[in-house]
Amino acid sequence: MRTLLLALLLLPNLTHASELQGLLDSYRANAGEAFSAERGATLWQSTWPGAEGTRQCADCHGADLRRSGRHAKTGKTIEPLAPSANPQRLTQRSEMEKWLLRNCKWTLGRPCSDQEKGDLLTYLSTQ
Amino acid sequence: MRLRYPLTLTALALSLAAGLVIGDDDEHERDRQRGHSTMFRQADFSPAQDPTYRSECGGCHFAYPPGLLPARSWEALLDGLGDHFGDNAELSDAVTAQLRGYLTTQAADSAEASGRAPAVAASIPASETPLRFTATRYFQRKHHEIDPRTVHDNPQVGSLSACAACHTQADAGSFDEHQVRIPGMGRWED
Ligand code: HEC
Ligand code: HEC
Ligand code: HEC
Repeated sequence: MRTLLLALLLLPNLTHASELQGLLDSYRANAGEAFSAERGATLWQSTWPGAEGTRQCADCHGADLRRSGRHAKTGKTIEPLAPSANPQRLTQRSEMEKWLLRNCKWTLGRPCSDQEKGDLLTYLSTQ
Repeated sequence: MRLRYPLTLTALALSLAAGLVIGDDDEHERDRQRGHSTMFRQADFSPAQDPTYRSECGGCHFAYPPGLLPARSWEALLDGLGDHFGDNAELSDAVTAQLRGYLTTQAADSAEASGRAPAVAASIPASETPLRFTATRYFQRKHHEIDPRTVHDNPQVGSLSACAACHTQADAGSFDEHQVRIPGMGRWED
């Protein structure tokens, strides 16, 4: 009985984990190398030229992923991106796909490759 | 019998209070009352409550109430999400259609418009399709006394489009001037 209860409690987390896993699997088909949190972290910290000087992911999400960030253009507070601080994060495939598309275009000036998206998500999921 | 009497009294008091707020047409008087009877008054703009709208259009900024702009403005915004004030806010056709239904039926010039929304609609010439509420004369008339330096040079505000940075009750649809706190400047006194 207790195991059943535990399994039921864990179920939402498992389905969430599988949305992230499913997305990573779909990126893997076009990725040359196994995803690496380290490469993801390097990308996260990189800067690219933009209209106001340089751009990077932290412009909106802040330097500390466990704390709230501020949108670079509108000033709106953005809840922490680290799943350890915000369990809602990286749980919905459509959200991850939508924001990676928009945010890569804005930050890098181009869409990220599947390799890059896999690396970034792998890095973020460890935070 | 012992219960009924106080109940009738409460009902009477409630309807009186409601009548005071709704029945009063004089703008100045209504503005004066706004500061005191927030509990009973109608929102300035019905807050955006649609969950899809809140999540799709409230991620980058405050989820603007649909009553801020006429239907034709919302249509134009939804038709141009690929270049949305320099950002990419593209959505799938299905979600865009859903938002179109929501926004146009709640717009400033719709039958659902309430609070200040009808006055906003009336203030926009039919020949104009503003993409920003902040570009309307209605907005500008209410905000011309604000020193631009307290907005653009203020990292906690940044732009007049950040309604909720100053209007502490914006999420409830209340923009009462008595509830304004400009970050770093404190309470608004005019
Ligand atoms: C211009 C501002 C901005 C920049 C720069 C930015 N983001 Fe975002 N990001 C957002 C906003 C806004 C959201 C959605 C708001 C929310 O969910 O709270 C978001 C959401 C996300 C999400 C969705 C998380 C989830 O599951 O809810 C991911 C992943 C993400 N960003 C990754 C990145 C990466 C990687 C970069 C750099 C390449 C980046 N972001 C740069 C604004 C930005
Ligand atoms: C990717 C980020 C992003 C998303 C998603 C987004 N917006 Fe915006 N929006 C912006 C930016 C940036 C501005 C300009 C803000 C400024 O000038 O301070 C803006 C401004 C606006 C304005 C004008 C505000 C004013 O009066 O000045 C409206 C109206 C608006 N957005 C509606 C929408 C709607 C409707 C949606 C959903 C379909 C949406 N936005 C989704 C980034 C976004
Ligand atoms: C920089 C701070 C600031 C921002 C940002 C801001 N406002 Fe205001 N707003 C004010 C102040 C201050 C007043 C009162 C002005 C006066 O009385 O002269 C006001 C007044 C108003 C009023 C009239 C209220 C009354 O009691 O008469 C409305 C409606 C309003 N704002 C809506 C908005 C909306 C919608 C937005 C976002 C699109 C917005 N404001 C953004 C500071 C701000």
